[in-house]
Amino acid sequence: MSTTSVLGGVVRRKEDPALIRGEGLYVDDIKLPGELAAAFVRSPFAHARISSIDVSAAIAMDGVHAVYTADDVRHLGPVLAQVAVGTLRPPLADGAVHHIGEAVAMVVADDRYIAQDAVDAIFVDYDPLPAVVDLKAAAADEIQAHEGVSNVLLAWSGQDWWPGVTDELPDAKPAIEEAKARDDTVTVSLEMVNQRLIPTAIEPRAVLANWHAGYGSFELWSSTQIPHALAGAIAKIFGLPSNKVRVVAPEVGGGFGLKLNIYPDEILCCFASKELGRPVRWTETRREAPASSIQGRGWVGTATIVGTRDGRILGYELDAICDMGAYSQNFTVAIPLLGLFVAPGQYDIPTAYTLTCVVTNTPTTDAYRGAGRPEAAYYLERIIDRYAREIGMDPAEVRKKNFWQPDQFPATTAVGLTMDSGNYAANLDALLEKVDYEGLKARRDAARAEGRLVGIGLSSYVEVCGFGPSALAGLGFSWSEYGQPAAFNGSGVVRVNPDGSCTVIIGTGPSGQGHETTWAQIVSDQLGIELDQIEVLHGDTAESPFGVGTFGSRSLAVDGTATYEASARVKDKAAAIAAHLLEAAPEDIRFADGGAHVAGSPDKTVSWPEIATSAYQPHTLPDGMEGGLESTAVFSPGNATWPFGSHLALVEVDPDTGNVEILEYWAMDDCGNVVNPMIVDGQIHGGIAQGIGQAMFEAAIYDDDGNLLSSSLMDYPIPTAADLPSFRLDRTTTPTDVNPLGVKGIGEAGTIGSAQTIVNAVVDALAPLGVEHVDMPLRPRNVWQAINGARG
Amino acid sequence: MTVNGTRYDRDVEPRTLLVHFLREELGLTGTHVGCDTSYCGACTVIVDGRSVKSCTYLAVAADGADVRTVEGVAVDGTLHPVQEGFWERHGLQCGFCTPGMIMSSVALLEQNPAPGEGEIRHAIEGNLCRCTGYHNIVRAVEYAAAKMRGEEPPAPDWEVPS
Amino acid sequence: MYPRKFDYTAPRTIADAVAALAGDEGAKVMAGGMSLLPLMKMRLLSPATIVDIGRIDGLDRIEDRGDHIAVGALVRHAETAASDLVQTHAPALARAASLTGDVQVRNKGTTCGSLAHADIAADQTAAVIALGATMVATGPGGTREIAAADFFVDTLTSALAPDEILTEVRIPKGGSGSAYDKLGRRGGRSDYAVAGAAAWVDKTNGSITAARVAVTGVGTKPMLVEAVGAALVGTDGSPEAIAAAAEHATEGVTLLEDLYGSEEYKAHLAKVYAARALTEALGG
Repeated sequence: MSTTSVLGGVVRRKEDPALIRGEGLYVDDIKLPGELAAAFVRSPFAHARISSIDVSAAIAMDGVHAVYTADDVRHLGPVLAQVAVGTLRPPLADGAVHHIGEAVAMVVADDRYIAQDAVDAIFVDYDPLPAVVDLKAAAADEIQAHEGVSNVLLAWSGQDWWPGVTDELPDAKPAIEEAKARDDTVTVSLEMVNQRLIPTAIEPRAVLANWHAGYGSFELWSSTQIPHALAGAIAKIFGLPSNKVRVVAPEVGGGFGLKLNIYPDEILCCFASKELGRPVRWTETRREAPASSIQGRGWVGTATIVGTRDGRILGYELDAICDMGAYSQNFTVAIPLLGLFVAPGQYDIPTAYTLTCVVTNTPTTDAYRGAGRPEAAYYLERIIDRYAREIGMDPAEVRKKNFWQPDQFPATTAVGLTMDSGNYAANLDALLEKVDYEGLKARRDAARAEGRLVGIGLSSYVEVCGFGPSALAGLGFSWSEYGQPAAFNGSGVVRVNPDGSCTVIIGTGPSGQGHETTWAQIVSDQLGIELDQIEVLHGDTAESPFGVGTFGSRSLAVDGTATYEASARVKDKAAAIAAHLLEAAPEDIRFADGGAHVAGSPDKTVSWPEIATSAYQPHTLPDGMEGGLESTAVFSPGNATWPFGSHLALVEVDPDTGNVEILEYWAMDDCGNVVNPMIVDGQIHGGIAQGIGQAMFEAAIYDDDGNLLSSSLMDYPIPTAADLPSFRLDRTTTPTDVNPLGVKGIGEAGTIGSAQTIVNAVVDALAPLGVEHVDMPLRPRNVWQAINGARG
Repeated sequence: MTVNGTRYDRDVEPRTLLVHFLREELGLTGTHVGCDTSYCGACTVIVDGRSVKSCTYLAVAADGADVRTVEGVAVDGTLHPVQEGFWERHGLQCGFCTPGMIMSSVALLEQNPAPGEGEIRHAIEGNLCRCTGYHNIVRAVEYAAAKMRGEEPPAPDWEVPS
Repeated sequence: MYPRKFDYTAPRTIADAVAALAGDEGAKVMAGGMSLLPLMKMRLLSPATIVDIGRIDGLDRIEDRGDHIAVGALVRHAETAASDLVQTHAPALARAASLTGDVQVRNKGTTCGSLAHADIAADQTAAVIALGATMVATGPGGTREIAAADFFVDTLTSALAPDEILTEVRIPKGGSGSAYDKLGRRGGRSDYAVAGAAAWVDKTNGSITAARVAVTGVGTKPMLVEAVGAALVGTDGSPEAIAAAAEHATEGVTLLEDLYGSEEYKAHLAKVYAARALTEALGG
């Protein structure tokens, strides 16, 4: 099934044979002799003082080894965050709880059943306090989520929000106000909610910590996207050199950003293991996951466009309040900033923005697939649709009229960042041609004539990912507190072993993205070593080079490039060795068919095992050449990459029930060069499903007291196979020059492009009734309400 | 009970769930736990010929039952066509839901050798996947169904423009 | 999550099961366990004893008893849905069973178990009410029959005494058709019912002679809405007649808002699905 080219071709995944046999080892599958299990007492209140905790009954139970409260673990905190703005989380609630489900006490027992029994036997007296949940109320600071502390952390706004990276930007406001005042312009505005979401990786988080007193070291297995950062943090907290902390992220069952945090349970399991001299495990239950892991999104805001009646946008404003939850964790307050980066989307338009970060008595928000960028794309692409409808122009035409043009790249946007490459109109045209846009509109109109509610939704998007330059990481953030450098580097080790097989060790922490396969393709393409002779290792800090981790659609563009460069260096050295063995000039050496030959003399060959063996035998090397055949490369990108695309959906709404059915879904994405199309398509499929999940199904719903009403999968419905159509994908290819592979990122693109595509389609379906907007999720209830409201 | 053809006799606490019995007692960790409310299906196994969620099944209630897990699907090292389909059609990413998804698909194809797309989607409705959007899982089951009928599987998406 | 400790017994006869229940106030019957075990895992419910009726012979049958069919206590949703007898004589129940949960739930959970659990958003509850079924409860004093319309007392509360087991449900034959339809929580027909309705009709010589409609998901319990049937009787069952009858679909229902619907929306849906179920029951 593989095609002829390894790079850019489909190859079956190297990861799969173990996983499809049930042999993949996730943290909860790893058993250590003598291990104990932890469980947490969690707050039933969103905001309360803790007046007393009685652990006596629990500690007296058979099989219970320890119960810890804040007094025991205060010295371990607060939990480190890379962007340490706001109140950081204590390891266990200290004097007060600030969100539902906050951990108050930790039990360690013989097994998880007994640990849970002991949790039931712990009595906590709470003195409830008023909770703040609503974002506008939080911004008004009438009730404070933390007593005596303002809820408003900061607002990303203005012209100099990124000192040292961008020049001071011109203030877009005056021009926008002037445009609004003109007689020949139209101003449209919508207040919209981008609701709170629970990321819901199917593997709950799991931790297994083991302190080795004799070695003075920790081994920590964790379902994490950032093994190196976690090792750095644990080392820092326990006063150890980082080489005394080995973090292993084995198979990780989905991440989506929620495993991109240092969590108190990771610290506490280490602590308990050290205290008790036994391995300590904690496996998250689904019911506690909404509080024990981060949540995502949670914006309420207004988008405004002013433009001419013929479709030229003269200004875009975004003013939103963004929910941080009760504590700041790893990137919490930086998530809206990521949205700001892409606020103007694919458009060359003046943009003004204020993103106000507020604290509420809810679990922390942080990166969830897309992280700020889906929110930004949602507000922009919804209001563009609204504007197109207002001026009676086709939404595709309005978009094209305002796109950056291919000859304008690299393009510096209204927020002062420079986009690497783009060909937006061509991408949208390719989509429109693919779907037969005119035919589709005729189909919609014919259905409408029969009284059916059928709609077409379109959205373009631009993403920013694969971050660089590293200077960005160094600005105003507290990475060094974290025990790791402020960097967006990627790393890779390529080692050809004496038998000619190849070991690649990478700094990423994949959770399903297929790095083993993709990286092997990169190396195989360089060296001509067969894929089955290449082993890719990752996720173990004891063996891999320092790596930032897997998030932000960064791995291929940054770490993949490092591996590419390492393999290029190995190739150069191998060429020199082959030249020596073949008595030829290094520049005449060509690699193919599992070895090297001399250009023009295909019979003068030497195999990879021969080259590799020679590399480890100094007497067979050229004079003065160092032995061995490996290289470590670190790649530091000069810019982020900027993938883009356009999505289109056809939907039908049942007027009697508000039920939405997706009839067709197309995506035309552009992530630059593609290493493995099969894997790229898979990423898009999953991304779209999560965007549709937000658009139609999912919502973390809190009551006014901060109780989470959707704490299980019964009430937090993520899409099932029966809810989704097959997706129709295609791509355009606009390479980047930020890295030599010409690759961008694809992990989040599907999510960034999809939610508003669905909402635009549903609003289009309801447009004949006069509906202008429906907030997500488009559950039948909400859609019917809109229909009913419009019908009066 | 009999698990993947091997008989096991154990005394367990009544509250021990079948999934924990399989994972902790028998070391068969291919069957996963993804939720508490029998929604996610990561724990799906086949008991007496029917797919069930082993997290909502007391181990004692399975006394005497014939249990099949993902570890028992391949025969003498040869992948089951469903496993092959998941590999050939990229039906998995993180792999966590995969064992349950495979067991549901095996059970489906034992009852319905030629399911349509809608039937496949409803048959795996009780198995949540957060990575694939199910698109390639459906393709994987279609692949397996064709193979089991002795037919040539449909060409993969990447060879056929959609 | 992990259940609290409990004692477990798996009697071989109904009499033993009833005796086990009668002697233990904290005992709970388990058939498939699909409703019970999740509650126990979340420790919302912690019975002292589980009386597993899964090993009692003879309860796993669907029988033709001449004027009615009987569905035993251990008949799984999947079996109810696939049964020729049920499909022929009680299509509303077959359909409701096929829309209950997902494949794995239908393979383990039982029709009678779901009925006894009396969830306000279950499917088969409405079907048995509309079909005029009789619930057979077995307790220490023998068996008693309860009309399905009287069986569902309140949220998660049935007319069963704590020491009674729902041993079978009897569905009378007859009528010209029945149907069940719903809106599921994830849209379409997936998941628990936001609103659902079952309808049973008898039409003779072009005129409706009897009709029953029951709704689920919309109120504090699944219930028979007599006014709908009454409004339809004597009509020709035309779309207009159905629409007019369906307008009564919330009469006597105590509406209940949840995450999936306001009272207003649920009331609206009750009418929509009453009409849809009636239309389908009449072969439309």
